Amino acid sequence: MYRVRLWAVRRSRFMESLYNTFNPAILLVLRATHKIFGKSLDRPITALEAGLKGFLFDCQMCGDCILSSTGMSCPMNCPKTMRNGPCGGVRENGNCEVKPDMRCVWVAAWDGASRMKNGDGIKDVQLTLDYNQKGTSTWIKLANKGKQGS
Amino acid sequence: MTAEPLDVELVGTNPGDPLPRLPGHVSHGRFERVLRAGHFAVTSEIAPPDSADPKEIMRRAEMFDGAVDAVNATDGSGANCHLSSVGMCAIMTRNGISPIAQISCRDRNRIAIQGDVLGIAAMGVGNVLCLSGDDVSVGDHPEAKPVFDLDSVSLIAAIRTMRDESKFLSGRKIDIPPSLFIGSTINPFAPPINNRVDQLTKKINAGAEFIQTQYCFDISMLKSFMKRAVDMGLTEQAFMLIGTGTLPSAATARWLRTHIPGVHIPDEIIKRLESAEKPKLEGRKICIEMMQQLKEVEGVKGVHLMAYRQEKHVRSIVQKSGVLGGRKPWRSERFNLTRKKPNPKKLSSKSGKKT
Repeated sequence: MYRVRLWAVRRSRFMESLYNTFNPAILLVLRATHKIFGKSLDRPITALEAGLKGFLFDCQMCGDCILSSTGMSCPMNCPKTMRNGPCGGVRENGNCEVKPDMRCVWVAAWDGASRMKNGDGIKDVQLTLDYNQKGTSTWIKLANKGKQGS
Repeated sequence: MTAEPLDVELVGTNPGDPLPRLPGHVSHGRFERVLRAGHFAVTSEIAPPDSADPKEIMRRAEMFDGAVDAVNATDGSGANCHLSSVGMCAIMTRNGISPIAQISCRDRNRIAIQGDVLGIAAMGVGNVLCLSGDDVSVGDHPEAKPVFDLDSVSLIAAIRTMRDESKFLSGRKIDIPPSLFIGSTINPFAPPINNRVDQLTKKINAGAEFIQTQYCFDISMLKSFMKRAVDMGLTEQAFMLIGTGTLPSAATARWLRTHIPGVHIPDEIIKRLESAEKPKLEGRKICIEMMQQLKEVEGVKGVHLMAYRQEKHVRSIVQKSGVLGGRKPWRSERFNLTRKKPNPKKLSSKSGKKT
C-alpha cells in the first residue's frame, strides 16, 4: 500500500531497529522449522513474507531483499526497477517521471537512509539481480545461509 | 595527468583504426587521450536519422568533425525509435570517426548489451556511455515492454568486469576484452539534490571514468554541486563534462522544462529568450556564455554540447566560446573522402596550428 510504504520510509529508523531486534529470532525459528518440517513449510513462509512485506513496503518479492540498504524503500517499485537509483528524470517536487503522482522511490530511499543508524549501505553498488530468484523468500535464504542482511 | 598538456592531435592517423594504447589508458581512443593529457574537451551528440540511409549519418557527423573531440551516438533517446546506436557506430567507425556509444538499459537485457559491448569495441569504438534510459512511456512507443534488466550503475560495473577481468557476467571468459573508456551521466539539477553527489560516487565506484551531465543552465546550482564533488575528490577520479545546449525559443525552453523530466531551466534564461529579437541567436549566445563560465568552474574538464536541430552551428559556437583555447580537435583524413568539396588548404592550415 502506497501510504503504508511512505509511512515505513518516514519511520525507517524504527523499522531498522524493529528488524534488528526480531531478525535473529525469526531466523532461529525458521532454521528450527526447516529442521523439523523440511521444505514443506516453505510456501506458507514465503506467502507470509510476501504478505507482510507487501503490506509494509509494497514488496515485489524480487528474492534478493536489500531494504536495509535502500532506506526501507523497496527499489522494485521504481518503474525502471533501478537498484542503484535515482535516475536523472526525478521531477522538481521529488516525484517519479513515469508516475507523476508517486514519490520517487529513490528520493524516499535516500531520505529514509539518512535517518537510519546503518543507512550507509545505500552507498554500496548493487550488482545485477538474479531474476530466477523472483518470488522466492529472502528470509528462508538468509536462514539457510545464516548470513545477516535484510 | 601531466602538467604540460601533450599535443594529442599529432598522434595517430585515424580514430577508426585503433591507436596504440598509452600506459595508464584503458582505451585505444582519442577522446581519452585528450582528457588524460589535461585538455578541456568538447563533446556533442548526433541525433540519429529515421532512415536507412548511411549518407545521412555522415552528413550529420561532418558538422562535428574537427569541431569537437567526440560525438555521442545516442541510443533511442527520449524512448523514441531511431536508427540504432550500434548502427551509427558501425557507419561512423567505417568512416574514421570513433564515437561515444550510448547504451541504454531500457531496451536490452544483459545478453544483448554485453554482445553489443563486444561488437562496438570490435568496430573500433573507444568510448561507451552507460545510461538507464528514459522510460518507454515518454517515447513514441509507450505500449512497448520496458526491459531495465540492468541499471546504469550495474551496467558500468558489468562493462568494467568485461574489460578488466575479461569475463562476462556469467563468469565465462572473454578472449580479447573490450578496451572501452567507460562513462556515465549525472543530473545535478534534479532531486534528491543533496544526494546527487553520492550517486556520482556510486557511479565512480562502479567504474565510471568520465561523466556527461544533463543540460546546465543554472551555473550557481552547478557550482555548489561541483564544489562538493571537488571536496570529495571525485573530480580526480572521473572527468566531468558538463552538458549545455542551444535553446531555440522561450516556448521550447518552457516545453522542455515542463515535459522533459530532469531539465532545469531558470526563469532568467527564459526571460532572456523572450525579450530577444532573434531568440535562436540569443539561445546560441547563452550557450556560448555558459560554456565560458563552465570552463572556469573548478573540477570541470569539458562540456557536452546538445544542439538539437542546430548541429550546423556547433562549429561556430565552439570557436566563438574559445574554450578550446586555439586547440583544434583532430579531423579525420578518411572523412574528407566523403566531402563534396576537397579542401586543399586543410593540410597546410592544420600543420600551421600545431604549435
